Order: sequence, then structure tokens, then C-alpha cells
Amino acid sequence: MQQGKYRFVTGFLIVPVVLYAVFMIWPYMQTFGYSFTNWQGQSQEMSFVGLDNYTALFSDSVFLKALWHNILLLFFLPVATILLALFFAYMVNVGGRGGAGGIRGVAGSGFYKILFFVPHVLSIAILAVLWRAIYRGDVAGLINGVFIKLGLSDPAHPIEWLNEPDLVLWCVAFVLLWWGVGFYLVLFSAAMQSVPKEIYEAALLDGASRTQSFFRVTLPLLWDTVQTAWVYLAILAMDCFALISVMTPGNSYGGGPDHNSEVMATYLMRNFLSFGKSGYACAMGVVILGLTLILSLVTLRISRRERIEY
Amino acid sequence: MGSTSTSNTHGEGLSRRNLIKRSAALGLIAVPTMSFLSACASSGGGDDQEKQKGEVTKDNPFGVTKGGTLDVVIFKGGFGDQYAIEWEKLYKAKYGPEISHLGTQEITGKLQPRFNAGNPPDVVDNSGAQQIKLDVLHKNGQLADLTELLEAPAPDDPSKKVKDILVPGTADKGFIGGKMHSLNYVYTVWGVWYSGKMFKDNGWEVPKTWDAFLQIMQDAKKKGIGGLAHQGKHPYYINVMIMDLIAKTGGLEAMKAIDNLEKNAFVGSEAAKQSIEAIYEIVDKGLLMPGTNSLDHIESQTAWNEGKAVFIPSGSWLENEQLKQTPEDFDMKFLPMPLLPGSKLPFEAIRAGAGEPFIVPEKAKNKAGGLEFLRLMCSKEWSTSFAQQANSLTIVQDGVDKSVQLRSGTKSAVEAVDACPVEQRFDYFYINWYSEMDESIRTASAELMAKRITPAEWLKRAQAAVDKAAEDPASKNNKRQ
Repeated sequence: MQQGKYRFVTGFLIVPVVLYAVFMIWPYMQTFGYSFTNWQGQSQEMSFVGLDNYTALFSDSVFLKALWHNILLLFFLPVATILLALFFAYMVNVGGRGGAGGIRGVAGSGFYKILFFVPHVLSIAILAVLWRAIYRGDVAGLINGVFIKLGLSDPAHPIEWLNEPDLVLWCVAFVLLWWGVGFYLVLFSAAMQSVPKEIYEAALLDGASRTQSFFRVTLPLLWDTVQTAWVYLAILAMDCFALISVMTPGNSYGGGPDHNSEVMATYLMRNFLSFGKSGYACAMGVVILGLTLILSLVTLRISRRERIEY
Repeated sequence: MGSTSTSNTHGEGLSRRNLIKRSAALGLIAVPTMSFLSACASSGGGDDQEKQKGEVTKDNPFGVTKGGTLDVVIFKGGFGDQYAIEWEKLYKAKYGPEISHLGTQEITGKLQPRFNAGNPPDVVDNSGAQQIKLDVLHKNGQLADLTELLEAPAPDDPSKKVKDILVPGTADKGFIGGKMHSLNYVYTVWGVWYSGKMFKDNGWEVPKTWDAFLQIMQDAKKKGIGGLAHQGKHPYYINVMIMDLIAKTGGLEAMKAIDNLEKNAFVGSEAAKQSIEAIYEIVDKGLLMPGTNSLDHIESQTAWNEGKAVFIPSGSWLENEQLKQTPEDFDMKFLPMPLLPGSKLPFEAIRAGAGEPFIVPEKAKNKAGGLEFLRLMCSKEWSTSFAQQANSLTIVQDGVDKSVQLRSGTKSAVEAVDACPVEQRFDYFYINWYSEMDESIRTASAELMAKRITPAEWLKRAQAAVDKAAEDPASKNNKRQ
């Protein structure tokens, strides 16, 4: 009987595992292999160059700049997204007051939930094109148009949002934030709704304010969900390829102006496809993979807490 | 590079992961059962493929077999791909193969895995923002040597060779490493464009000197019109102006110094210094169309079509690309770069030459068919068909039937070509030879236009890019006289 069960389970698992190995694991291993070569990406001719690509990588100022941008995003994105999503989720679920001790969201919370989730339904490509139009650097851009109407900026010198070295990265980060908050709001909402109402009622009876019940009750009970969100957002922050390459200036895969919005992924692509430095690009890929893995492990590790049972 | 930026889908349709995965997966199919490192190094890919080859005759110089297959990939940009579909009909009538046609903007995404796996198509129009860089393909031995094509009998008159019926300089444009590897098919003119109607309405004369050029822009500014628009998101275009000005100010030597990666191509070159300072003057005097630095090519060109700016730089594909946005009475006109004082070349001198590179992959299954396709492209029939479909001239001399009606922009470009003696037409090669250097100079130009660096810094950056390219092993073979 046991024997049969294992055979049954194995039978189901073998196909996906093989597929996973062939299409995920093996390409990663190949990338690893290619990263030690001077492969140019347009034929199978290459030679082994040892660690040259890796040593070159860490003296490449553009790569280091890109890495720094990823790190900036890594701090900003998860913190901002989670805080906002938590706040909104709290407001639409348990933030409402009044009534006879009922625990519910602020007025119109059902509507807000839908409204917040809408951006997440759009594909990243549409999002990028949409926001490019919003940030557009002349009077035809939405923000500039409004600013000029309100007299906040000079029509002869509109703000070139995506062409300002100090703004461009944050403009893109804002889009990611706008896109992400809705999803995490729904995620946190689901988690909050699974918290028994009695706990909140007890807190209310004890005279807890909104802030207190948030920090003393909600957050600890949601810790697992927040942790998961953090890992996902961190991985997102390591990527950002699609938005940067569509929205920002530059000839291949964006990253401009003057590499001020360069992330590792865009620089990787430019080297891989445009410059024919595919081996070098593979080395970058390996670095990104390594960083992402370390990041996930560290995040899970330091945020580990005792689980609260309810 | 003809229609470099006719694609506006930068990265949208292209998933990086998929691409890497796909190419890696293809590598896997091509190189089974070996440890990956040795596999990487040793697989030639596709050497066992059966080549299609038939009998060689004067009418069929490459020995194309009847029937068989022909695999064509066309960049579907400013020129569309209908012209190629018409050609394929003609080709099929002659040789009767199964033809597979792909019109796409994602040349790299579609073809890179195929090159890697050793089964590339037979003919590729390798152009657009996602073209596979020719220098990279060449370094990997993926480009067929087209010397054969040049020496083959011309399609309409077998007493001549193909090289004799091409516009002078066409073959040179396809030279990489000393041999012709791409047939740049579209005769392109680069420069500045304006609206004839706007000029008439304002009583402006065609500016031949830099001062007159600036004067018009200043006049326009007073009337609330931007002087110069450029495709800021793609600094390729402003580089057209910068490089044209350098070539006209310093003469052909100044241009060759850049292509040949000389130590004083930029820093220490008086022509380069004067030119970049002149371009900066436009920025400094506030003569740019507001916001143009951050617009992409379609956005800026459309704003220009709407009369928000007087001038815009581009190649002669501009008219076809903007067909839908151009007002009926716009009267598009081409303007050669106006002259700085003491210029070595006259006002009539223009950057003109072959664009839109067609290649035959070295490992194509039907390489003979690919070469024959290119040869037939040089026939009068095919060339006329192209002019009709794509509203542009080809590099076939007198290749366009007089009955074809050209639009005003193309017509004015043709007049500019006719007004310029062959020895005063110039064309840069570094764009095809050194992709990374090109990219670095573009980045510097974008900074200059945004007023974030000075002309002196621009020169330094451009020179640094040149010096870096000089370390490229290919620089030994890429020399022009």
C-alpha cells in the first residue's frame, strides 16, 4: 500500500520536476558556465577566461552605479509599499469607528479595495506606456500640463521628469509603489480578516486607540504575511527591467539619462544583446542571482519571530 | 541603420528572462551530453546541415536549386514589410521555393537563438532599434562574405557586375573587417528637416550659414515656436547633427579621424570643438523646443509636424514614418547642415549613403538562395517596387522607374543629392563598427543637450569612447582611406 502511494506521488511529480530542471535549473547552470567565457552571444564559439568577467564587473563604474540603484530601491520599495499597504488595509478593514462596537473599515472601504487593486490588473507594459505619458517632458504630459495650468512651472522650461538625473529613479520607483500597494493591500486584508474579531473587540474594550490596536494587535498577527511581502518586494526591487527600459531615455534598454536610472538588469541586457559581451552579461546574471538568494535568506532569517497562535 | 528608431517598442515585447532561457535552452538542444563548459567551447552548431546548391549559370550565378526553401526575416519599421512580400512573389515565380516570411521589430529576440543554434534564416533585413549589431555578428563569423555578390553579373544586364550598378559608396558602407558583409539597400540622406509652408508663412529663406540658421530659430522663438526639436530619448538623432557639422567644418579628414579612432578625433580637433560649441549655442540660447530632450522620436516628430518647432534632425525615412501625422499642406523639406565660418566642405555637402543593412548568414541553409535574393534586389523591377511600397530610393543606380511619384520630402532629398557632387557626400562607419563607442557618444550628447555638461566635457567623453574602441581587436581591420 505504502509502495503504491509513493509510486503514485512520484508519477505526478516527475514531469514537473524534469521540466523545472530542464527549463530553469539547467539554464542557470549554463549561465554560470558562460560567465567564465568570452561568449559573444551570436555563435557557440568562445573560450574560457576564468574569473576575468567577475573582476571586470567590480571595476565597472556603470555596473556599480546600477548595483547602487538596486540597493536604493531595495530599501525604499519594500518599506514604502508595506507601510502604505498596511495602513490602507488597516483603514479599510478595522480602521472604522462608531456603531455599536462593530469592527469594520472606514466608510466606502469596499470601493477603496477595488480602486486600489485596479493598477495591479494592468500589465507592466501598459503601465510603463501610461506613466510615460503622465511624466512626459513637455506641456502634453499630464503632470506638466497640470503644473503649467496652475502656474507652478514655466511652459518654456517644463519639468523633464524622466530626464532629470535626480528624479528619474524615483519617478520609476513611484510607479512600482503605485502598482504594488493595491496588491499588498488585498493580501494584508485577507490576513486581517482571518484575525478573530474578538481580539479587536477585547482591545477596544480595554480602551486601545487605533494606533495601539494597529501596533499591538494587527502587526504582530500579520507578521508572516509581511515577511512574505518583503521577500517578494525585494526580488522586485532587484529587477525593475521592464519599467526602466520602456520609460527612461537611452538607446537600448533605457537606464538614462547618463545611467542615472540604470539597474543591473538593463545593463545586463545591453551588454548581452547590444555589445556582444554575453559572457560578461552572464557574470552579471550570476551576481544578481547570488544577491537575490542572499537577500531572501537574510530577510527570512532576521525577520523570524515566534509565531502567534490564535 | 536606416530606420534605427522606427521601432517604439523598446523592451516591451521582449522578456529578458525568456530570452536568456530560450537561448540557453537552444544551446542545450544544440549541445547535449557534454559538460557545459566544454560544450560551450566546442559546438560549432549546424555544420551537418545539408546545403542547398544547384547548377551555376550566368542567370543563376550562385547555383540556386529550384524548389527547396527560402527563409526571409524583415525588419518591419518605417518601411513596413509589404515590399518584401512583393519581392518574395517575384522570387517564387522564378525559383519556386517554399518561402517563410517574418516581418518583425524584434530582430534580436527572434534571431539570436537561431544564430546560436546554427540555423539562421537565409536573408535578414537587420535593422531597427533591436537589430543585432553587425560588428558582433561579424566577430562571431555569422556573416556571409558578399564579395561574391559584388562580382556576380547584374540582374538586368549580365555584361555588368552588381558592383557596377550600385551607387558609389554602397559596398564600403557594408565593409566590416575589410570585406563587404551587408548590402545597405536604402539610399538614405541625413540632415535637418523643416516645413516649406512654415517657411513661406514667415518669409524665411533657406539658411546656408550657421548664423542664418540661429537667426531663424530666434525669430521663431519670438513667435512662440521652438527652434530645434530633437528626439531626446534617442540621442542617435542629435548625433546626426553633431557629426554632420564636424564633417562639414573639418572636411572628410575630420570624419575619417573619428572612424579610424585617431588620438585627436575629438580632443585636439578644432573642427570638433567649433561644432560642438555651435550645437551648445542652440541649447544655451534657449532655442530648443521646450521638453524636447525627454521626448521619443514619434512624440518629437509629431510635435514638429504640429508646428511646435522649426527644425528637426533625421534621415530620409522621416517622411514615411510620419505619413499619418503630417498635415496635408506641410510641404516637408530637407536642409543640408548650415555652415560654420571657414568650413572645408560647401553647404551642398550632405551625409548620404546606404542604410538598412540586408545580410546573408554564413550558416544559412540556403545561402545561395539568400545571395540570389540580394542580387535580385539590385534589379530595376525590385528596386522600383521598393520605391513604390516604401516611398524611398534604393542604392540601385537609376533603379527607380521615372513613373514613380515621390512625396515632397523625398523629392527635396533627391534634389539635395543631385546638387551634391559624389566626392562631397560623406558617411560615418563607426556606428556599424563600434556599437559601444556609439552608445557612449550618444549618452554624452544627451547630457550636453540637457545642459548638464559643457562642450569641453563632451569632447573629453567622446575621445574617451574613441580611445576605448581603439583597444577593440576589430579596430585593426576597420580602416578607411
